[in-house]
Amino acid sequence: MIPARFDYHRPDSVAAAVGLLQQHGDEARVVAGGHSLIPMMKLRMAAPAHLVDLQGIAALRGIEAGDRIRIGAMVTQSEMLAHAGLAEAAPILAEAARQIADPQVRNLGTVGGNVANGDPGNDLPALMLCLDATFTLEGPEGVREVAARGFYEAPYVTAREEEEILTAVGFDRPARGFAYEKQKRKIGDYATAAAAVLIGAEGGRVVSASVAMTNLADVPVFSAAAGEVLLGSDCGEDAVAAAVDAMQGDIDPVEDNRGPVEFKRHVAGVILARAIARAWSRV
Amino acid sequence: MKDLPDSEERRANLKGLGCARKRVEDARFTQGKGNYVDDIKLPGMLFGDFVRSPYAHARVKSINAEAALALPGVIAVLTAKDLEPLGLHWMPTLAGDKQMVLADGKVLFQGQEVAFVVATDRYIAADAVELVEVDYEDLPVVVDPFKAQAPDAPVLREDLEGVTEGAHGPRRHHNHIFTWEQGDAAGANAAIDGSEVIAEETIYYHRTHPCPLETCGCVASMDKINGKLTLWGTFQAPHVVRTVASLLSGIDEHNIRVVSPDIGGGFGNKVGVYPGYVCSIVATIVTGKPVKWVEDRMENLMATAFARDYWMKGRIGATKDGRITGLHAHVTADHGAFDACADPTKFPAGFFHICTGSYDIPVAYCAVDGVYTNKAPGGVAYRCSFRVTEAAYFIERMIEILAIKLGMDAAELRRINFIRADQFPYTSALGWEYDSGDYHTAWDKALKAVDYEGLRREQAERVEAFRRGETRKLLGIGLTHFTEIVGAGPVKNCDILGMGMFDSCEIRIHPTGSAIARLGTISQGQGHATTFAQILASETGIPADKITIEEGDTDTAPYGLGTYGSRSTPVAGAATAMAGRKIRAKAQMIAAYLLEVHDDDLEWDVDRFAVKGAPERFKTMAEIAYAAYNQAIPGVEPGLEAVSYYDPPNMTYPFGAYICVMEIDVDTGEHEIRQFYALDDCGTRINPMIIEGQVHGGLTEALAIAMGQEIAYDDMGNVRTGTLMDFFLPTAWETPNYQTDWTETPSPHHPIGAKGVGESPNVGGVPAFSNAVHDAFRAFGLTQTHMPHDHWRIWRTARDLGLHG
Ligand SMILES: Cc1cc2nc3c(=O)[nH]c(=O)nc-3n(C[C@H](O)[C@H](O)[C@H](O)COP(=O)(O)OP(=O)(O)OC[C@H]3O[C@@H](n4cnc5c(N)ncnc54)[C@H](O)[C@@H]3O)c2cc1C
Repeated sequence: MIPARFDYHRPDSVAAAVGLLQQHGDEARVVAGGHSLIPMMKLRMAAPAHLVDLQGIAALRGIEAGDRIRIGAMVTQSEMLAHAGLAEAAPILAEAARQIADPQVRNLGTVGGNVANGDPGNDLPALMLCLDATFTLEGPEGVREVAARGFYEAPYVTAREEEEILTAVGFDRPARGFAYEKQKRKIGDYATAAAAVLIGAEGGRVVSASVAMTNLADVPVFSAAAGEVLLGSDCGEDAVAAAVDAMQGDIDPVEDNRGPVEFKRHVAGVILARAIARAWSRV
Repeated sequence: MKDLPDSEERRANLKGLGCARKRVEDARFTQGKGNYVDDIKLPGMLFGDFVRSPYAHARVKSINAEAALALPGVIAVLTAKDLEPLGLHWMPTLAGDKQMVLADGKVLFQGQEVAFVVATDRYIAADAVELVEVDYEDLPVVVDPFKAQAPDAPVLREDLEGVTEGAHGPRRHHNHIFTWEQGDAAGANAAIDGSEVIAEETIYYHRTHPCPLETCGCVASMDKINGKLTLWGTFQAPHVVRTVASLLSGIDEHNIRVVSPDIGGGFGNKVGVYPGYVCSIVATIVTGKPVKWVEDRMENLMATAFARDYWMKGRIGATKDGRITGLHAHVTADHGAFDACADPTKFPAGFFHICTGSYDIPVAYCAVDGVYTNKAPGGVAYRCSFRVTEAAYFIERMIEILAIKLGMDAAELRRINFIRADQFPYTSALGWEYDSGDYHTAWDKALKAVDYEGLRREQAERVEAFRRGETRKLLGIGLTHFTEIVGAGPVKNCDILGMGMFDSCEIRIHPTGSAIARLGTISQGQGHATTFAQILASETGIPADKITIEEGDTDTAPYGLGTYGSRSTPVAGAATAMAGRKIRAKAQMIAAYLLEVHDDDLEWDVDRFAVKGAPERFKTMAEIAYAAYNQAIPGVEPGLEAVSYYDPPNMTYPFGAYICVMEIDVDTGEHEIRQFYALDDCGTRINPMIIEGQVHGGLTEALAIAMGQEIAYDDMGNVRTGTLMDFFLPTAWETPNYQTDWTETPSPHHPIGAKGVGESPNVGGVPAFSNAVHDAFRAFGLTQTHMPHDHWRIWRTARDLGLHG
């Protein structure tokens, strides 16, 4: 519970932060809210010699909620939850954020940290896949945009280069039907299974559908197949069953204290069916 | 004649027995101003930290501390070799076994203490721990107590090789600790075999952990000038710790002062003596500097005392109309690597033989086999009297299972078999003398309060709706009627390391009519400073607000056996009342002198002695106290003080009726507690608000244990639940609303009739929650499934019953 020794830096610009990352190479890590990184340091599973704190960088804050939505990396999960513009433009954000841990964690944990962390247990990555978000990365070579759906490679391994900082997430105003459904053992727990669903409808038929799952593989899972089978349907029993089947082909859960694989698959199916039903009820 | 306040008003002013007085402790706790062990900071203080074994069973081939010692700020690295010359590399346990302080040649559980690093700074100590190189050779691991008894099972305790006689009788296998039996085996078997209906089942009460919010720790400080050792620590029994520290260290007992400051919850976890305490004492003696050791959460969960881990095989017989004919129990008790159970010496399985519960069972037998495995030692009473929660869970499950066999309603089966009110004092088949009870009244009140008949109707309709495919949720009604046995205990058969389990109170009344009372117990959240003042207020007529209660400092408090097993009110509470009565007896003599009447002409009236028949002639306790200090009264010593050491004549037997109504989602395994009704009878009620608080807390721990909390190991002996991510501690979110109720059946032998309540809700709550889960599936053929009932296990039950289609 006592971390190893480290030096602490608090730059006031992204450029300065990138400079520190360049200077210290793989000995440096950025810290945002610290609610994933610091527990790992206390367990000595991470021991960066240099911590680069992003709290002093004003440019990483701010929320834009127009047709295109943009959330700065250092916006906290609580700020995202409380933002009136976001509640109107993309209510799925608040529904998901409310299910992250507890208020203490959300008051410090950031949106950028949650998506950059690369932990399949985090809730926001699947949400970003569902939203087809883009991540803005800034590094020594400048700024680039990466699609969330191409970002997650392996546990804690992402398309972000070591010297890059994730500065914002952005996505188009999503479809009206939404749901983030999560089963967990208790407050403060990661998902046993969670599903993010967005559905657009016209004339009682699905015209767009997007499905992503949390903590059911070693990376967050975007299930294109599940979305496709819903297209054109009325989200009736058969369509939902087909979507669940399709999703089962994309997940790959492992056994842990939350339960064995068979259980997780069963729950994933139940959770997705519920999420689809709720999203459909809101279109 | 001036207007006398009426005696009821004066009584209310005392805030004595029965008053829902607010807890006086809370002003500091709710402001973050408590003073815990980790708040103690002394000049020059050093910090200790452990190198712990990553293996569950391994030989320690070598320990190299060179790199650690080279780190600036590291003062020492202690190993078993350093402790051996002092005879401190092993220490006795409370259960008559011995335990390694630091690994002596091998390690026997994951997290075992291997070396103790002492440094000038907490961070340096942690860094140095990483630098100590230990060379291990792993050995075969046994985590299953049944496999541990196989003929070819690995020998865990090589130190006991060839020892065939343990502290509690013969050992029949190298991993066997003791067999302990009670009752009439032949009689019980014959009665059951001849019964019309027999139910048989194995009931596992899984391993869990008390997990107090504050972990264990201490600060040891040796003053080399005056030779005095002071030890602040998280101790539930500070006086016993002083005696043990003296016996182990050879320091005279008067030169040791043990202080338990504020304690952030104990629940049994802080009864034992841990290697951290011993190493800190050695380190302060060696360095002459104060040494602090405070374990972290993972260490607490992995290495300090666990609870339960009982495999209970039961047989119960009955007539076909439901009269129980006999009970037979055999327990395989997994004690881990050392037998460090915290029980009174003569009771290696605690009071498990209370397992006949609330029922009039004519003949019974129980036997417990203690077994060594590669798990952490412990086996403490986690918010219950010694092994009583295991016993209550066992009998309350057996009753449910018997009800299924009989095709009978489980509430009715209980009613048929309850010990009747006119049978008290009642001697059970396993030898306990129950002091008082009125189970039928409590039971009927409980059933009525929840509209039991209505619930059963709703449940039957739900089953039908489920079968028609209209719902995926089942309804469970969890019943429990428990009988606790608390207040250990009579010195004639209860002791801890030879110390009789009496307790004590010492009172001083100050000249201006306020008072201080010191007790041998120590509060860890129970609110002693509030309730003991109330007992004394009613006994002495001094308002509770003018009485200071102090505990936990062995230099000032009288000797007592501490706080666990719900013993504080039954034993120290009794001592308090008795000491108060001594004060009153002396006060009566003083009042008689002041009023110039004979002692016998006076009568006690709330807060004063008044002349019989002339209530306007009186002396208040405050006036009497003043006189005790400023007048020469012939034949009476000055001052107003009293001490009482109370040896209880019997245990007390609180009881209660709990009903839990639970919704279960068969697809996800999630549950929702719709209603929880808890009726407690703890005898005389001292402070209803504190009782309610204790019941809420205990029920929440029971919820945790029944529904998810466990210490789980994999086959390699790795702890799988070493953090609060996996070890379930409920927050407000998971905690349901509780509906509390009561009946009041005083204990006939306790001076004020009180029985103790802090642990009842854990004892009764676990079976209530668990029975609700079982009951939900009763219509589909479930008889027994083991706790904890977390999502995936409930889901598995539903799957195995074919409920997933
Ligand atoms: C008890 C508890 C329960 C939790 N439960 C949940 C839960 O249910 N669901 C959930 O989603 N999360 C949960 N979390 C995690 C929480 O949401 C974290 O806040 C989040 O995962 C990380 O965000 P952070 O701002 O705290 O990042 P940090 O911990 O500071 O950083 C996390 C990682 O991301 C990197 N990083 C951070 N910001 C950036 C950036 N802008 N650019 C590049 N790299 C960056 C860091 O270097 C580090 O490797 C829980 C945490 C705790 C302590």
